[in-house]
Amino acid sequence: MLLKKLSELNGASGAEKPVRETIMELIRPYVDSMFVDKIGNLIAEKSGRLQGPRILLAAHMDEIALMIIDITGDGFLKFKSVGGIDPRVILSKPVRINESITGVIGAKAIHLQKAGERRKTLGFDQMYIDIGAKSREEASQRVALGDYAYFTTSFAEFGDGLWKGKALDDRVGCAALIEILQKDYDFPIIAAFTVQEEVGLRGAQVAAYHTNPDFAIVVETTVAADTQDRTEDEWVTELGKGPALSVMDRSTLYNPKLIRAVKELASAEGIPLQLRRGGGGGNDAGRIHLSKSGVATIALSVPCRYLHAPVSVISDRDYRTLIALIDQILRSNLVKVL
Amino acid sequence: MSNLQLQRAKDFIKELSEGYGVSGYEFSLNHPIMQKFREYADEVHTDRFGNIYSLKKGTSGRYKMMLAAHMDEIGLMIKEIDQSGFLRFTTVGGVDPRTLVGQEVIIHGREDIIGIIGAIPPHLQTGGGEDAFKMEDLGIDVGMPLAQASGMIQIGDTVTLSRQGYELLNHHFAGKSLDDRAGVAVMAVCLEELGSLYHRHDVIAVTTAQEEVGIRGALTSAYTINPDLAVAIDVTHGSTPDTKGVVNIELGKGPAVALGPNIHPAIYKGLVEAAKEHRLPYQPEPIPGASGTDAWAIQVTQAGVPTGLVSIPLRYMHTSVETLDLQDVINCGKLLAYFIASLPDDLEGYLCY
Repeated sequence: MLLKKLSELNGASGAEKPVRETIMELIRPYVDSMFVDKIGNLIAEKSGRLQGPRILLAAHMDEIALMIIDITGDGFLKFKSVGGIDPRVILSKPVRINESITGVIGAKAIHLQKAGERRKTLGFDQMYIDIGAKSREEASQRVALGDYAYFTTSFAEFGDGLWKGKALDDRVGCAALIEILQKDYDFPIIAAFTVQEEVGLRGAQVAAYHTNPDFAIVVETTVAADTQDRTEDEWVTELGKGPALSVMDRSTLYNPKLIRAVKELASAEGIPLQLRRGGGGGNDAGRIHLSKSGVATIALSVPCRYLHAPVSVISDRDYRTLIALIDQILRSNLVKVL
Repeated sequence: MSNLQLQRAKDFIKELSEGYGVSGYEFSLNHPIMQKFREYADEVHTDRFGNIYSLKKGTSGRYKMMLAAHMDEIGLMIKEIDQSGFLRFTTVGGVDPRTLVGQEVIIHGREDIIGIIGAIPPHLQTGGGEDAFKMEDLGIDVGMPLAQASGMIQIGDTVTLSRQGYELLNHHFAGKSLDDRAGVAVMAVCLEELGSLYHRHDVIAVTTAQEEVGIRGALTSAYTINPDLAVAIDVTHGSTPDTKGVVNIELGKGPAVALGPNIHPAIYKGLVEAAKEHRLPYQPEPIPGASGTDAWAIQVTQAGVPTGLVSIPLRYMHTSVETLDLQDVINCGKLLAYFIASLPDDLEGYLCY
């Protein structure tokens, strides 16, 4: 299964190779050309019946992870996060390093804690990975500084029509692009599987520059905080209510004409759509819409609970309707309106 | 040291670690445990409290020796299903809420259901996140609406953490519930070893229930057996970078042999002598009072029982990534077997103060 396959690959920002190579194999039969650019983005092109406009679809391949920055004398690994990780979610979790060894992020036994210790968050500098090594020398034979440590979560069905897994941000977007590339459209499609989104939208900046699109759709996951500890005004998006269209985030003010056109199209086609509420966060659109003289850009996201945690959750229906909506956009007059 | 024995111990520990049985709900472990002990014991049976007894007869059978290791694990229990289908929970045994965030769990409802103890993503957080999540802040997401959830889950259902067991370097093993299912594996190693040793007294290896909520299974099983001497097997804290100076027992340096008021001096002495004679590593562990193990209850059973305690060094106790050295498990089982084989036919003098 496509989502499972992509979710269970390990590819942190700067180490997207396993994801890139898997996607190359998956899309090869459906695209006219593809290449890897100088920063590691995978760019695939598919020509249409018409010459233009050039439409860029972008999804990022990288995921958040941990990076080994030191090995202690007694063989424990010190680390920092690659991308934004709340240190509170990684305590007492197993991690996989170099596809060959497993380690655990241990926590001091509750019996040994002093009063009040439990109320304090542990920072990355207070945690370490235990791989069972007995010395720095032994650990160094298996792990090098700069190696990445990944969550070990397996992808599976969850609850009522949901999926759970790691790296759904943004392998879900990658999977959607792959499904879109299997269809034929009038206009030329450029699919950019970008690198380094999690450390500052860096791949998209380069990809937007050299692909020179007329119109861009960023395909992402976004916060769904529709959980028990939040009131409705804080939810941002909800699972099961269809893809979320961004209006504003920290990186982009999305074009109001496009927002209206996408809403009308979804409504006309009977595709559920929600507006992403709240102005926080950001994605590749932040770089793409500012590329060269500016690029008309929208962002469509699958709502995702527990982003940047060892296990995240999406709705299968949201994923399916996201693809349906992108498909309709690519078949509509919307791009001609621009 | 046979690698085959290490492999078998690992397989058994992995099976038990990935199984589940919160205190009072140990029954799903009965099958794998009884099946294993039937390989080495003459009789295996359970009692109404949930303890499992595995008898290995001695040549004279003059005295009864009890071994005890508990099979229950710490866990969670559902206390409320809220309007949106999220589950609120309380704990069974000592759990640090900080280790639960971003964790998958299994709710043992009408059927086993996957749940997730979620976390608010960093994108939405305000403030520095200095304060840890408290137990009451956490809820379990089962991905279904209230009506559907309440058809499958009810208040009082137990919840265990979902965790695969992993082998690390140097035959270290990490997983949940090694406290004290590794102790159960020690008893299996011990009975296996006794198969090729001459031992006089009957040995009853008891897999106890409800240790984590107050050493209860040891209380009832020791009363039932009324042994002439007993050794409990549990885990003890192994040192880590953040417990330096507080914890002195280390992984890989052999079982910890306890001494102190909970321990009969002759049993401590006998265990240490057996270790020395057979060149097994061991670490003395002075415990000035309550040991917090089955040994504490057994010692004062009926008219009193001479009791000992050996422990497997364990890092990150009561988390889902408890870590031990499998070699310590083997050495612990062997030490017990040699100790049992060394016991004289007449224990009265032996156990004299």
